[in-house]
Amino acid sequence: MNTPRLRVNPIACSGHGLCAELLPELISLDEWGYPVIAGQAVPPRLAREARRAVTDCPALALRLVPSPAPGRGPAPAGRPGAAR
Amino acid sequence: MHQIMSSTALWYASRATGVVSLVLLSAVMIIGILVNRQGRLPGLPRFAVLGLHRNLSLLAVAFVAVHVLTAVADSYVSISLAAIVIPFVSAYEPLWLGLGAVSLDLMAAIIVTSLLRRHLGRRTWRAVHWLAYASWPVAVVHSVFSSKDLQSGPLLYLALACIAAVIGALAWRVARARAAIPRAGRVPGLMGDPSALARAGDR
Amino acid sequence: MSAMTASSTLPEESPAGGLPRLLPPPGRRGDLASHLAAHGPVPYRGQARALIPEVRAAGLTGRGGAAFPVHRKLETVAAARPGRAVVVGNGAEGEPASHKDQALLRLAPHLVLDGLQLAAEAVGAGRAVLYVRRDVRARARLDDQISQRSARGLDRAAVELVSAPARFLAGEESALASLVSGTAAVPRFTPPRVFERGVDGRPTLVQNVETLAHLALIARYGPDWFRSVGTPDEPGTMLCTLSRADGSVNVAEAIIGTPLASLLDSPGASAVLVGGYHGAWVPADRVPWLTLSNAALRPAGAFTGAGVLAALPADRCGVVESARVARYLALESAGQCGPCLNGLPSIAAAMGELSGLTSEGGWGGGRADPRVLDNLGRWAGLVEGRGACHHPDGTVRFLRSALQVFADEVRQHLQGRCTAASGAAFLPVPAGPSAEEDWS
Repeated sequence: MNTPRLRVNPIACSGHGLCAELLPELISLDEWGYPVIAGQAVPPRLAREARRAVTDCPALALRLVPSPAPGRGPAPAGRPGAAR
Repeated sequence: MHQIMSSTALWYASRATGVVSLVLLSAVMIIGILVNRQGRLPGLPRFAVLGLHRNLSLLAVAFVAVHVLTAVADSYVSISLAAIVIPFVSAYEPLWLGLGAVSLDLMAAIIVTSLLRRHLGRRTWRAVHWLAYASWPVAVVHSVFSSKDLQSGPLLYLALACIAAVIGALAWRVARARAAIPRAGRVPGLMGDPSALARAGDR
Repeated sequence: MSAMTASSTLPEESPAGGLPRLLPPPGRRGDLASHLAAHGPVPYRGQARALIPEVRAAGLTGRGGAAFPVHRKLETVAAARPGRAVVVGNGAEGEPASHKDQALLRLAPHLVLDGLQLAAEAVGAGRAVLYVRRDVRARARLDDQISQRSARGLDRAAVELVSAPARFLAGEESALASLVSGTAAVPRFTPPRVFERGVDGRPTLVQNVETLAHLALIARYGPDWFRSVGTPDEPGTMLCTLSRADGSVNVAEAIIGTPLASLLDSPGASAVLVGGYHGAWVPADRVPWLTLSNAALRPAGAFTGAGVLAALPADRCGVVESARVARYLALESAGQCGPCLNGLPSIAAAMGELSGLTSEGGWGGGRADPRVLDNLGRWAGLVEGRGACHHPDGTVRFLRSALQVFADEVRQHLQGRCTAASGAAFLPVPAGPSAEEDWS
């Protein structure tokens, strides 16, 4: 896995906030307690902390994904409101 | 005489470590029940609370291990190695001891899946972890009935305190869950009070 | 039935203007007999994948809002084992300002059903579903039409009708797959996308009903015919829902690239909402320069989306209207993701403060605090991209365009004035779910 990135599953995430405590360099909490993840790749010196954050998330909502992100796929103009 | 005495020592060790295990497991349950979503234990960062939960459970495993091994080693009563994990096969108190084996089996599943949680996926891990709600009461019944220790005196009060604490924690969490509006239904309420919006979270 | 390739004959009525294609010409009814007389039976190819090169050549893109190339979705889903894939025709139309899918299902249901069959054949599907709004009469009509087709042996795949809940997000593809699988119609975390794992974990092709109707015509008349109108990058026609400033609303079929002004001839409009509630506002004086195509609309910050073109009357206030829509969009959050669940109500409440919107729905007067704009900016940045679906992103896009296009009105509100002569709601905003958990 070259230059992995952190990605959170926002549905599973319930705002425990452990990830931000373990990895403040890459994760901060918004005003509602949910993680804001810096989009860049995890630097090697933080790889261990990142793996720990992934393992320790009580909701198992955090994951390490390879770059570039599979993301939400094509269609940046995707509109869930209209019938697709 | 010496043989009886060392046997008695092992038997006492088993009973003592059993009591400690019960207390530790109750503490593990309480931490697991209370710390949910954005709640925290005052004064401790969240990862420390998780660490406490995990370390206490591993400590409990150590005490349970001593508890079962001294019970087997002791010749005062007949408990085979197999009876540790296979319920109801021991010669001594097969029912109550068997419940201990049941609790231990469930605990083993919980611990193993927790060690491997990163690879298991959310749903699997959660489903097994919920077995704690079966494992702990079974352990309590095993503790109270497999010897008379917890049925009178200070140990009785200790047992009652553990039970009350876990039930209390559970009641508090159930009450909070009942009062909490499910996420999707929370939106209309959040719309009413702009100043509440900044404070609102997934409490 | 022998395999059929695209016929070189043109459709029976093919006026020089190229329209209409999907909607039947006046005088023709939408019943099966008329459909068969005009278009003939379903032109099956006789094997999976055979249709896909024609779809690629035609350049058909999705008409549900995302404009994703149809052939690529077909190719991905067709890679599944025969009989494993699921195809779903998406007619949920959760967008309140859009009526095109309902109109199409009423006026030309058999084109949609033909397209569903062709798509099912192309991907080797084992299951075909038509996902429609929860409307008893419309559903009964469709039930009847499906039975007639199967009585005649027209359909090779049995079509199941599934009713969608009346929610804005009901048409979102993962919410749709979720409902058809038997759980709540709420979006799911992706990846995997539904074309990898969708209904019951199977690769699922989700296409808007209009897209399927176009597919049915391409299969008969060929990619060249399809490309004979429209632009090279965006060929063909699309259905639009036109709402004029005088309150009249109709669905029309338009050739892509048509000037907006000729489509939406609405004097007395101050701005036009393009795309829908996840789309963008465009000021009226820019409309004469715009055509119905993404190439023309993108520089204006908009896109064709699901073909909604709604003109705002000059006697209404765009800030108040947008605040009302923002409130609706916040209420339509699935409430699964913290940033959306918290952020959209915050944003909606701030829009409410800015616009002075009362609970009765009109302007209540009062001067808005300028800090509201700072909050809006901050919250908009906080919700974008942080939900499992694009609901927060679309809402932010809509509101950013509103604050930009209606900057003058915003200034008025900050000084305690509103330019609207009428406080009545113009854009349609449904009352909301009857039950809190009405997601199934």
